[in-house]
Amino acid sequence: MAVPRFWRNIPARYNLIGTKCLTCEKCYFPPRTTCPACRRAGKIEMHKFEGIGEVVTYTVIHSASEGFDRQTPYVLAIIRLDEGPCMTAQIVCDPNEIEIGMKVQSIFRKIAEEGPDGVICYGTKFAPKR
Amino acid sequence: MREVAIIGVGCTNFGEMWNRSFRDIFVEAGLSALEDASVEGEEIDALFVGNMSAGKFIDQEHIGSLIADYAGLASLHVPAVRLGAACASGGVALSQGVLAVASGYYDIVVAGGAEKMTDVGTGGAIDALASAADREWEVLMGATFPGLYAMIARLHMHKYGTTREQLAMVAVKNHLNATMNPKAQYRGEISIDEVMSSSLVADPLRILDCSPITDGAAAVVLAPAEIAKKYTESPVYVKASAQATDTISLHDRRDITTLDATVYAAKKAYKIASIRPIDIDLAEVHDCFTIGEICAIEDLGFVPKGNGGPATEDGLTALDGKIPVNPSGGLKACGHPVGATGIKQAVETVLQLRGEAGKRQVSGAEVGLTHNVGGTGGTAVVHILSINR
Repeated sequence: MAVPRFWRNIPARYNLIGTKCLTCEKCYFPPRTTCPACRRAGKIEMHKFEGIGEVVTYTVIHSASEGFDRQTPYVLAIIRLDEGPCMTAQIVCDPNEIEIGMKVQSIFRKIAEEGPDGVICYGTKFAPKR
Repeated sequence: MREVAIIGVGCTNFGEMWNRSFRDIFVEAGLSALEDASVEGEEIDALFVGNMSAGKFIDQEHIGSLIADYAGLASLHVPAVRLGAACASGGVALSQGVLAVASGYYDIVVAGGAEKMTDVGTGGAIDALASAADREWEVLMGATFPGLYAMIARLHMHKYGTTREQLAMVAVKNHLNATMNPKAQYRGEISIDEVMSSSLVADPLRILDCSPITDGAAAVVLAPAEIAKKYTESPVYVKASAQATDTISLHDRRDITTLDATVYAAKKAYKIASIRPIDIDLAEVHDCFTIGEICAIEDLGFVPKGNGGPATEDGLTALDGKIPVNPSGGLKACGHPVGATGIKQAVETVLQLRGEAGKRQVSGAEVGLTHNVGGTGGTAVVHILSINR
């Protein structure tokens, strides 16, 4: 991925900064410039998520895309954040430990690497909330 | 709006065709459709071509011009447009072709679809397919395409008690149907045990739950219904064409186990055609993964939500069942050249309705449905075809 394309999303990727619509009070992650509920009537502002949520569904990836192939098998899940929106992220845990409904908490981790000499992408993963 | 008919169909063999190029396969499908329709090049008003990602698969854009050129239509300056909606590109091309004829703007239109997927390695193909998902917020977080469908499967199993065996039964049925389809990529039977012991791709999905990487092309010729009989004794009428969208990311859906785009497109199509799901004699649905067919038969209204697994186990969707699903072998066994799939579904349905499907013929079929999905359900296209005008 081109460096600017990754770099411009760093607040969202590193610190879970999304958006909140002041008209309907709904929160969105990743950030949106238009509120899907209020559309032009929406008033968007930045919103930092707490990083606490629950596993909606999950899989264990055995055959991964480039950049992720050295991490297999890894757990990938859809997480519902306490503030409402869902996001896709890896869960750092034993694949036997993961279950639907598990409480999880965000952590800052290495996400992918573009080959042995390439750029390392950092961002958010989750871990079981202890 | 005018009624529209399909007056000719054509399809290449599906498979890994190392000796054939993108242009070779598209021309073969197009010419056989024109021959089937007894249409001359001079009569063609426009081409609509479904193609997901020639840019990534063969480093080629500007597909409309390329196809018009190699089909021998460049000297006639026939308008040609390429449509992209990931794996629903073919369905969208058919839909746009139908609308163009229905509107009265064009008379004879070729709607085709083509994908040449084996000119890149497996890694390249996986990466191209991943662009049907949200690159920034799914793929870059570690998602793969099978991984997203695996998360649908996991939740479906959790909510409705769908079993691992029931997923396997979809693959077993579709492989059995494909043994009777000479164009299919895989023509051997498989067993439930073979599916259950094949290698894990994204738990709970295994390699035999997944549709393959395929080269292939298909085409249909469309005409206004009132002149269709001039070209063929057995026109098949397009009773409805409906498309719907949803969020590109799976995680933003109202319900992870329901493809709302399918639900909306199907409802619209049933309404336009004034029929009910129970009136459908056969369906070609989007089984890119086994769970895809289970969700499809629920979301198309063939069975109540959550009953897709037991219905498959009970044989409802078998070739001799109440609603035969994927008589061609589906994406799973006939193959899935992504941009061609939506058109191939229409080709199969036309052959079935004409009674020309050979050993896999669904007896007495009069009304068929095709269901084509882009990504994990960001796009869905439903067509209803009938031999009755």
